[in-house]
Amino acid sequence: MTDDKQKRAKAYWKENIKYLAILLSIWFVVSYGCGILFREELNQFRLGGFKLGFWFAQQGSIYVFVILIFVYVRLMNKLDKKYGFDE
Amino acid sequence: MSVQTWTWILVGVTFALYFGIAIWARAGSTKEFYVAGGGVSPLANGMATAADWMSAASFISMAGLISFMGYDGSVFLMGWTGGYVLLALLLAPYLRKFGKFTVPDFIGDRYYSNTARTVAVICALIVSFTYVAGQMRGVGIVFSQFLQVDINVGVIIGMSVVLIFAFLGGMKGITYTQVAQYCVLIFAFMVPAFFISMQMTGNIIPQIGMGGEVESGTFLLDKLDALHTELGFNEYTSGTKSTWDVFAITLALMVGTAGLPHVIVRFFTVPKVKDARKSAGLALLFIAILYTTAPAIAVFSRTNLIETVSNKEYEQIPEWFKNWENTGLIAWSDKNGDGKIQYVAGDALTGKPEYTEQRGTYGERLVSNATMQKNELYVDRDIMVLANPEIANLPNWVIALVAAGGLAAALSTAAGLLLVISTSISHDLIKKQLKPDISDKGELLAARISIFVAIIIAGLFGIYPPGFVAAVVALAFGLAAASFFPAIILGIFDKRMNKQGAVAGMIVGIVLMLFYMIRYKTGLIGVMEPLPKSEWWFGTSPEGFGTIAMTVNVVVSIVVSRLTAAPPKEVQELVENIRIPSGAGEASSH
Repeated sequence: MTDDKQKRAKAYWKENIKYLAILLSIWFVVSYGCGILFREELNQFRLGGFKLGFWFAQQGSIYVFVILIFVYVRLMNKLDKKYGFDE
Repeated sequence: MSVQTWTWILVGVTFALYFGIAIWARAGSTKEFYVAGGGVSPLANGMATAADWMSAASFISMAGLISFMGYDGSVFLMGWTGGYVLLALLLAPYLRKFGKFTVPDFIGDRYYSNTARTVAVICALIVSFTYVAGQMRGVGIVFSQFLQVDINVGVIIGMSVVLIFAFLGGMKGITYTQVAQYCVLIFAFMVPAFFISMQMTGNIIPQIGMGGEVESGTFLLDKLDALHTELGFNEYTSGTKSTWDVFAITLALMVGTAGLPHVIVRFFTVPKVKDARKSAGLALLFIAILYTTAPAIAVFSRTNLIETVSNKEYEQIPEWFKNWENTGLIAWSDKNGDGKIQYVAGDALTGKPEYTEQRGTYGERLVSNATMQKNELYVDRDIMVLANPEIANLPNWVIALVAAGGLAAALSTAAGLLLVISTSISHDLIKKQLKPDISDKGELLAARISIFVAIIIAGLFGIYPPGFVAAVVALAFGLAAASFFPAIILGIFDKRMNKQGAVAGMIVGIVLMLFYMIRYKTGLIGVMEPLPKSEWWFGTSPEGFGTIAMTVNVVVSIVVSRLTAAPPKEVQELVENIRIPSGAGEASSH
């Protein structure tokens, strides 16, 4: 790798890790947080006929997972362009 | 037309479609055979991944399991979908950039060692064989339930079908049949769900209907909770597992999903890194359609079941009840002699029904293994999806459709797994280790021979299921979590990780997982019985133990790697190279 490319690669990787940290935190909070650890507290609230904690465990977390991946796809496509790694 | 006729027609039409695709998509080179030539579009790959992933268990058993587990069933819903986030963010793009054919390829090159490669091959074979045995059995069950053929004949028919499209087309044939199979299975799953949701809640979308109101103006879920409390069950929306165990099982399933070789290998088939990311998103979207519907079906069918049978005269019960009783999946024992079905908490029988071949006062099949508990009804969990259309009185073609869908789900997963098995042998063992100078043609022949042998073995597992298979299938995830996942992730994200660390981690992880499985779940036949729940480590069930084994793997890998020499310079360059997406080219064997 040339020096310039190496520099770009480093910066690219750093931003990538930042995105991963943010997205995976959300991933953890909706499933393990809302759906498991804090479900009792959330169950006091309702979403239509669902108790909220139960809804997160059986519906909400899955919707969020799908959205997370598509957000990641968008972010990474932009990042690829920014550092000239797209093709 | 009768259900039987409809079933033969729908199964016949879908099978003809699969054959057509198989002949059209014959593979001419190892590259086509292993990774479909590397030219699959993200959309097609997304569908194929979804079909590959959703097995007979997802299609037939999952909604039924959830309907009996209530909140606890969430472990499957989150566990089997959340893994795709890990796959998309942490694995798929980098493995695609790496650009070889298999997971052991990556492990072998990244850890510059044939030992690591061999350990990975063994892990892949253990995981895939435990998983595929369950699929073949699933095919046999669907055939025997719907077409009244012997289970074994069903297994043989299923084997022949998989053989044709996997043998001819390899990954190419499998990919395009899986696209067709996804369409069949999702249609078959959704149609009855729409009907039942409409019937029960007046809303055609099951995901919304599940949170909707029933005629009386109360919410469906509140009604079900009330029914459960009344009959002495735990509240449906609460569950019985400990919070830690739910956490551990969910994590083990997620990580296991991301580490399953037959899923990972699908991302080698797309042209570019960005396609790998996109197709992971599409795959999860296609999977989510089924996975958000299943809990709704669980609630509908649970409510329907309780309302139809609880405290009803056996003689007035609808026909479907007696049909499933005849196939041995329902049993009723009139313990208090009032002719009514008492369905309350507790085990009605000790284990599965043992029929005496005699009929009781009301014409019910008598069983010899009733317990002293008050509950009189035994219902096999698997019938919830299969019987649901009958319970809800849906048209015959819908019932037949479910059979075709169940077959599509089982066959697509079996094919994907068999390909991983044959690739492990022909590519990772023969080409990479035993006979590196083998020609492309020779390797292709070896791949075809090994897929043939693998199908025979899988079929034998289906015909003579060893008792431990059912118990072990669920644990395949724990095995994948404990072995592959850390080695791959660390290989990408930790440049300092070396051969010693990864090999030690994988071996410790999989041995620990196998040990815990044998000690607490399967036992050793004739030597030792599994130990009881009270002996579990930190209250962790064997299903959730993958989480602990994985953590141990990571710790061992990191400690050992820091105590031994850093990986060679070219391996560190390889890691830097897979971290950037451009220049992926096509997957290759060189």
